[in-house]
Amino acid sequence: MAFIDGNVNLDNALLSVATFAPLGGAAVLGLLPKKEEFLVKAWALGTSVFTLLCGLYLVLRFNYADAGAPQFERTHSWINVINSNYHVFMDGISLPLFLLSMVVTTLCIIYSWDHFPEPRNPKAFLMLLLVLETGMLGSFVAEDLILFFVFFELVLLPMYFLIGVWGGENRQYASLKFFLFTLFGSALMILSFLALYFKSGGAGLEPTFDIPMLIERGMSDTLVRSTELLIFGGLFMGFAIKVPMFPFHTWLPDAHTQAPTVGSVILAAVLLKLGTYGFIRIAIPVLPGAAREYAPLIAVLATIGIIYGALGCLAQTDMKRLIAFSSVAHMGFVMLGIATLTDYGINAAVFGMVAHGLITGMLFFVAGSVKERFHTLEIKRLGGLLTQAPKLGWTLGFLSMASLGLPGLAGFWGEFPAILSTFNPAPGLNVTLFRTCMVIASIGTVLAAGYLLWLFQRTAFGTPKPEWDDTEVPDITRPEWLAWTPLLAGIVLFGVLPGIVFDITDPAVTERVTAAVVAQGK
Amino acid sequence: MYLNQFLLLAAALFSIGVYGVLARRNGVLVLMSIELILNAVNINLVAFGAYHGQVAGQVFALFTVAVAAAEVGVGLAIVLLIYRNKRSIDLDQVAQMKG
Amino acid sequence: MLPPIASEAGAAAAQSFEAGWLTRHVWLIPLLAVVSFVLTLLFGKRFKSGGTFFGVGLMGLALVLSTALGIEWMGRGHVALEEHSPAAAAATYRGTASGDEARPVGEVIEEAERTGLPKPTGSEEAGGEEHALPSGRLGVPMAESGGGGEEAAGGHAIEVRPYYEAEARWFAIGAVEVGFGFHVDGFAVLMLFTVCFISFLVHLFSTEYLRDDRRKTHYFASLGLFTAGMLLMVSSSTSLQLLLGWEIMGLCSFLLIGHWWEEDKNSNAALKAFFTTRTGDVGLLVGLSILFFGASQTFNIAKTNADAITGQIPSAWLLAAAIALFIACVGKSAQFPLHTWLPDAMAGPTPASALIHAATMVVAGVYMVGRFYPVFFSAFNIANNALGFNVIAVIGGITIIIAGLLAFVQQDIKKVLAYSTVSQLGYMVMGLGVGAWTGAIFHLFTHAFFKALLFMGAGSISHACWHSFDMRDFGGLRKHMPKTFLTFMIGTAALMGLPIFAGFWSKDEILLGAWTNGYRGTLFIVGCAGAALTCAYMTRVVYLTFWGDYKGPTTPDAIEHAQHAAHGHDDAHDEAADAHAPALVDATAYQEGAKASADPGVQAAAHATVQSERGPHDNEASHTADHHGDDPHGTVPLGGYPHESPWPITVPLIVLAVMSVVAGIINAPFFGLQFTHFSAIEAIVAAGVPEPAFNMTVAVISTLGALGGLALAYAWWFAGVRFGLEGLSRRNKLAGAGLRLLENKYYLDALYERIIVRGIKGPVATVVYWFNQNVLDGIVHATAWTARRSAAFTYDVLDQGVVDGTVNGVGTGAGGIGRGFKSMASGKVQQYAAYLLGGAAAGALVIFAITFNRS
Repeated sequence: MAFIDGNVNLDNALLSVATFAPLGGAAVLGLLPKKEEFLVKAWALGTSVFTLLCGLYLVLRFNYADAGAPQFERTHSWINVINSNYHVFMDGISLPLFLLSMVVTTLCIIYSWDHFPEPRNPKAFLMLLLVLETGMLGSFVAEDLILFFVFFELVLLPMYFLIGVWGGENRQYASLKFFLFTLFGSALMILSFLALYFKSGGAGLEPTFDIPMLIERGMSDTLVRSTELLIFGGLFMGFAIKVPMFPFHTWLPDAHTQAPTVGSVILAAVLLKLGTYGFIRIAIPVLPGAAREYAPLIAVLATIGIIYGALGCLAQTDMKRLIAFSSVAHMGFVMLGIATLTDYGINAAVFGMVAHGLITGMLFFVAGSVKERFHTLEIKRLGGLLTQAPKLGWTLGFLSMASLGLPGLAGFWGEFPAILSTFNPAPGLNVTLFRTCMVIASIGTVLAAGYLLWLFQRTAFGTPKPEWDDTEVPDITRPEWLAWTPLLAGIVLFGVLPGIVFDITDPAVTERVTAAVVAQGK
Repeated sequence: MYLNQFLLLAAALFSIGVYGVLARRNGVLVLMSIELILNAVNINLVAFGAYHGQVAGQVFALFTVAVAAAEVGVGLAIVLLIYRNKRSIDLDQVAQMKG
Repeated sequence: MLPPIASEAGAAAAQSFEAGWLTRHVWLIPLLAVVSFVLTLLFGKRFKSGGTFFGVGLMGLALVLSTALGIEWMGRGHVALEEHSPAAAAATYRGTASGDEARPVGEVIEEAERTGLPKPTGSEEAGGEEHALPSGRLGVPMAESGGGGEEAAGGHAIEVRPYYEAEARWFAIGAVEVGFGFHVDGFAVLMLFTVCFISFLVHLFSTEYLRDDRRKTHYFASLGLFTAGMLLMVSSSTSLQLLLGWEIMGLCSFLLIGHWWEEDKNSNAALKAFFTTRTGDVGLLVGLSILFFGASQTFNIAKTNADAITGQIPSAWLLAAAIALFIACVGKSAQFPLHTWLPDAMAGPTPASALIHAATMVVAGVYMVGRFYPVFFSAFNIANNALGFNVIAVIGGITIIIAGLLAFVQQDIKKVLAYSTVSQLGYMVMGLGVGAWTGAIFHLFTHAFFKALLFMGAGSISHACWHSFDMRDFGGLRKHMPKTFLTFMIGTAALMGLPIFAGFWSKDEILLGAWTNGYRGTLFIVGCAGAALTCAYMTRVVYLTFWGDYKGPTTPDAIEHAQHAAHGHDDAHDEAADAHAPALVDATAYQEGAKASADPGVQAAAHATVQSERGPHDNEASHTADHHGDDPHGTVPLGGYPHESPWPITVPLIVLAVMSVVAGIINAPFFGLQFTHFSAIEAIVAAGVPEPAFNMTVAVISTLGALGGLALAYAWWFAGVRFGLEGLSRRNKLAGAGLRLLENKYYLDALYERIIVRGIKGPVATVVYWFNQNVLDGIVHATAWTARRSAAFTYDVLDQGVVDGTVNGVGTGAGGIGRGFKSMASGKVQQYAAYLLGGAAAGALVIFAITFNRS
């Protein structure tokens, strides 16, 4: 069934162009001489900016009145034997994440301009970043399971090398742990994809990998419940490890701690979202029945993650590791929202993904800059940052406030609606359990305030330790400002006007995700 | 016609062959033991073929004989090479495949 | 009873119901504060003054606007509502809410631009965002328990002005549109005015008080944002906005309390404040979530209240929401047992404390309960008082007493005031608990003025006394700082609730509520006892600060030494005392010091608590008296005796002193209960909250209680064991004369030591304070310790041990199996053959077993 859709126009093609431009740029980058460092950097930056411009153009052309409908859709036959097609489109759920990936990559390249971690080699570093970008962008627009899987896995390798080559002292261990954990999840995930494929056929229908088609076929109604649960289990493992959810999170602190700054930023800002995105885009709408069965488990694990991550943070002595643990807690809120299977919860989850991307990404940037200045992230040895580098210190303070969910900043809109929605989960779910989770999760916000303010107090307040008397501590530099301003502005903008994001995501969530849940419930 | 005596003979031959393969250290003796095993199989093939009144057994036996000849050729060549390298055909000393 | 007919009243007042310009543009007021914040932060540092004029100017403008709004509001048309039973009131409310002449409350979400501010649309006919008053009637509920028929008969018509509300779409999730809007009613107008008033004066005060502070710009920016948070909160129409303002204030209090963050003490206090209030916020998050789903998925406060009154929200949900919200109030408004952060919060600059205590932050909790009052009223069934008590009233009552007792053992004047704030907030909360809504918010209103006055007075004193807040460093300041003294005395009188002064009228209404609503034998007595305590500890403050002799350092050496030695260290007071005790005796040293001390830099550096415990000396006192006469006011910047503060400090004091008198009278019965009429809001009326009439019995009892406390305290501090007023006059006479006065003073000091410190501190307050410090703080510390321990445990054992161990275990297991296989691969062909045979044999066995079984 090879088919090419008729509506090939500039916009539709541009989605693919934007997705693959970084890959092409990386290929060209490979041909450039390694010694021409400026050329290499400029080309990489140019590629990412070009990609970003394509993305911005698409964002402008996006039809917001119909944000739930697939836009810039493009279908092209790909692997006919297994009926897998190159099928991409963008809707209200992909758009914010698509744009976030582009922005973060571009900013990372700007930040890297004179911050290359040892052993430098900008060419290889930037090539990996660009390949990574294609992987991320592709994952957010792919509408075919095999295509999604390819992009999903494409992300893995560059990240492995970024950590393994440019990482900290324990980089070998961390990169391997990251790789193995994720690969383990992917293996189960592809099994589930295949199972879905083989089970989707029958009754005159060709088996398919196409996500919208699978949703349409109402797999929950045709599958035997135990099979469905097994398939969902495979998807759950694949995505939950990526998120990461509570018992599967141990790779995250190691990976974050060892990764170079830029790696941590991308990891926190985008890579973790692939897991939650997978839940929203694939697992829940394709198998709403199993999602219902799994929802209490997800909610409980998410709640444990919130408390557990916060407690983990309190025990940390290393700034970067603390931020990494805070990711576990924050992604717990996202997963809690998803577990409710309601409009509110899933919208909050998408918002939480964007907010966490901006805030935690920024926190890692700041941690990287602190490390560069002091060559340590030991909280005990820091202190008085506000005296040494006031702007950097206040940026950290601002981000702490954003991260603990202060209303008026982006973090709040991921957190409060998630808590709110947990009060009233989708019909059929155990209300008592969810409400208990809600109260516990609210207590998590207090703990969040505790560890973040404690971090801020210990690093920024007080007076600098004597060991830094002779160290010159520059305040925020120009590349840092350039890289950070958009993220900081985003945190404020989305915090004040959450409608910007909610208005885009809401139609898509209601039409493409919760509609499936509601339809299955009947 | 009784099948049993043939089968017993074959079993005895096979067992002797297995013993030789497992217990002897001399490479040539091991090869000879393998021949015994193969011939035990041949006897079985012919016996069953005759019992069922089919030619297939004999055809397979001939096939096995041919393969066995080739096998012995290759085997002896290997033994020869081992001898050249090690000045010995003691199989215990040939452990290059150790993982 | 004249039953007013809605259509009739509406028609009559239609003209005056039209919202005025300021009512429609009420968002300008919070916006001004936001602008002040942004301008100060962005451009403040470019000016030599640090950009303080942005804050002062814009807050001045906001004050003008809010005053004009108040005037406009008074001119708004109203309906007179008379006494009615609550059930009937609720019924009427429900009837009209769904009827056609009054639009459903808060249902219309105006479709303005997507992200714009509310677009005002003139008249109610056009915009539909204005809601005519439901024609419920108000009065005393029939829940009056027991005799005293006069208060039941005293129901009177309340004028209620219909509220104005405008909302723009903020964002939408699913089918629910969330608005961003402003709600103007009597309560909001009142709060806007109060906040702007206090904030403006605090800004003005701060220009002088923090003139040389190195982070003045940050300070003023925080003040602006703080004010903006409160203004946004009080004018918001949705609970989400309320939460927004609420948390912004939390942030700003963190910044202001930790303003001098170089010292751990201050940043710890900031952290404690944020953390404690945040703990309460769990209640807010949970409560708002419950109300959201209870009130047919809306954040609109008016709609939520309407649903609470009409019984749309299941009563179990309502109770859960009320308890959760009250937890938030306990945290924010520093009620027992979460009050411990407030005294620590004194680490911040004094004007910020004034703002926190008077008009923002701590009253936010009370405001929130007042705003959602129908929820609490219905949830706890306050009108019928079924249980004989409810948690709000009880917590309020406990807070009044424990905070009042704690105030006695404080040496730091700001801490005394902090505990008094806690105690006064207890009154407000108790008032809300016993159904005296008007009384509570009236007390909130008057308290704002006199508490701001007292804090600023303390600031003025400290400004003059080398930034000490220790009352043992003060004394005799009434002679040195007459304006501060006079205004402080007015503030004290208002706080004590002496007749005529503001506190009297508002406290009386709360006590009246307790009296009429079945708490006559319990909380009423608690309230009166609280009044007596307030009088007593304030008498002590006044005595220690303004009477006696100045006991602080006077020579530059001593001051400098004290500032260095006592820079935040309690244990340094011996040193400090040693340093300046001999200096005081030497009169010439003082004179030289006065001349040599024209160094303005030293003063700026200090914000220390000088801890010096001093005994009185005859000689030094006479020297003090001698040299006081030629102390040139205001010409000696450092050294010598404290002198009156400059005008940016005294003017706010005088203004607030005036307000501390006037604010109470506006709701006096002889003045026509103006406050009650202007602040009355529909939801309260519809809920059937009682509005008992002034009761002379209550007023007399509470005044007697207060006077009793005052008299006792007076006797102790001013007059030795002897009671009566002649002690003061004699002391005053002797104060100018010399030696005999000092003998008296010595005697009083000894009395103070024996009676107060060993007496009250011994049996009563020490126990309370011990409880406070050990049990409550102990629980906090234990919780923190446990959290740390469990965090360490979680990390070390669970995370690194079990979870990580499992992962590593899988790896090790795989390795072990691998090693096993490795040993098998010996490389010996015969061994391999043996495996083959073994495998084949096993396979044969299996096949045999299967076939054998089958046959």
